Amino acid sequence: MRIPEDLKYTREHEWLLMEEGTVTYGITDFAQSELGDIVFVELPEVGDAVTVNDTSGTIEAVKTVADIFSPVSGHVIEVNERLVDDPDLVNRDPYGEGWMIKVEVEDPPELVDLLSADEYNGLIEQEQANS
Amino acid sequence: MQNPVLFELAREGRGSRHLPDLVTSEEKILASIPPSSLRKSPLRLPEIAELDLARHLERLTDRNHYIEKDLYPLGSCTMKYNPKLHEKLASHPLISGLHPGLPDEEVQGAIQLLVELEECLQAITGMDDVTLQPAAGAHGEFTSMRMIEAYYRDRGESRTKVITPDSAHGTNPASIMRVGWTPVEAPHNERGEVDLEALGKLVDGSTAALMLTLPNTLGLFETQLPKIVEIVHSAGAQMYLDGANLNALLGFVRPGDVGFDVMHINVHKTFSTPHGGGGPGAGPVGVKKHLTPYLPSPRPVKSGDVYHWDRDLPDSIGPVHSHFGNFGILLRAFAYIRHHGSDGLREVQRHAILNANYLMKRIADSFPPAFDRTPMHEFVSSAARYRDRGIRAGDIGKRLLDFGFYAPTIAFPLIVKEALMIEPTETESPETLDRFADAMNQIAAEIESDPEMVKTAPHNTPVKRVNDSLASRKPILRWPDDAPTD
Repeated sequence: MRIPEDLKYTREHEWLLMEEGTVTYGITDFAQSELGDIVFVELPEVGDAVTVNDTSGTIEAVKTVADIFSPVSGHVIEVNERLVDDPDLVNRDPYGEGWMIKVEVEDPPELVDLLSADEYNGLIEQEQANS
Repeated sequence: MQNPVLFELAREGRGSRHLPDLVTSEEKILASIPPSSLRKSPLRLPEIAELDLARHLERLTDRNHYIEKDLYPLGSCTMKYNPKLHEKLASHPLISGLHPGLPDEEVQGAIQLLVELEECLQAITGMDDVTLQPAAGAHGEFTSMRMIEAYYRDRGESRTKVITPDSAHGTNPASIMRVGWTPVEAPHNERGEVDLEALGKLVDGSTAALMLTLPNTLGLFETQLPKIVEIVHSAGAQMYLDGANLNALLGFVRPGDVGFDVMHINVHKTFSTPHGGGGPGAGPVGVKKHLTPYLPSPRPVKSGDVYHWDRDLPDSIGPVHSHFGNFGILLRAFAYIRHHGSDGLREVQRHAILNANYLMKRIADSFPPAFDRTPMHEFVSSAARYRDRGIRAGDIGKRLLDFGFYAPTIAFPLIVKEALMIEPTETESPETLDRFADAMNQIAAEIESDPEMVKTAPHNTPVKRVNDSLASRKPILRWPDDAPTD
């Protein structure tokens, strides 16, 4: 299970890339492997407002549908249009070509509690032990 | 061609239409139809000899799985056997030839049957009144939501949300959305039941109802039911029962006696009528008196010795089905109820529960139950322990097909990892349950000795493993893809 050191994570199994004034997010390697083959990703429109902890889209896998929770408040400045035709990118490269939403944020940004790669690894180990 | 469709089997000129000459000219007929209703392109119908068609259908039947072939343990769906006697009754020409437009005095027996079925369902559920119109369980949910909406509108109350447990059937939030309300999810506790504390925080003056399945989709009875009812009723909201699992309560618990205000009944499950893509179903709704005025119109009634349709229902939400509901299905349910009688229905419930518990214990070493409790008519086991060998619940379902069984429900309820939801129903014998348990235990052994066998199953079916991701990503929904549709 890949958990890159340079990203931040949420308890909802999303990763965040924090840059100057923007946050880019998607779902983690663990999340994509739990969901299985992803067949459809519904993303917001550029310009839409997203609110921390609100739904900013949905992911449809063969057997289930999951919400994409927004880990941050702000305005959508870019979405990964390639996922419309090729949702499989999320399965193949969740931290790279499978990115989902890029948001312009206030300074300081309004965020959920974030986890480091180490802390996130602890969370999924705990989840696996519980199952 | 392994599985040709009719268009592939068709040959020009091989059709077997032998229609008499028109009594009037084609031009005259065409002139009588508004141009907007005329097709712009000819209707493409495959021309095929009757024998080839018969063989085609026989081949499809042979490749299908159905209860007469073997066990169909699809949890939550109650795939029990439908007695042939009830099919025979429903296909009697005096029944199948009935037309819904016939005047009431010519169909007294049919209206009488519906009135008496309503009475049976009232007696079974403890509800005050029943409508037979809804054509499915989800349709019953939607009908109920509309009645609740009308009830609050009459009282000048605006309520905007309905609570569903996180183990609920997917139809629940869909029905809530259809009337413009917001579904709110209530979490479960460590016993697999609604978390009371969380429920208490979610229910308030804007709550229209709680939609509860009982026993819930884990097959577990909600042991805190009286407290749940108190929380919901003290906020002035309605208790809705998703009656999908009524077969587990038959003759033992009447929902109307334990706090429910409105419920639907899946007659195609509990009362053994055909279902599952096989045609019309029926999802009658039972209500307590305060919701009676809102029942769909018309309603069948008896005045003196005469049966008729009451259409004078000013507060009704209106019809929810053309004519009176799916009569042929309702008739089968009536036959089932009368055939069993109240003692027989209790036996149905007892054996459904006994079979589920027996089967759960027989496979528990290989597939432990998700919650360590005594289930009712169905149970949910988990295959999560096999994840590290690359095996998921779906693979086990596929391998079961090789043994001639249908698969359990998988990946539902969503709160259980690698869920295998199994409902044997009361119509299966101990010998059949043993054969199924042996197959499950053999699959568990194969996962240890030969996981590839399971991962690549099925091997013995006419169609091998299908690519369900591709089917979802690039579905081909009609034949051929470029056929004109106007």
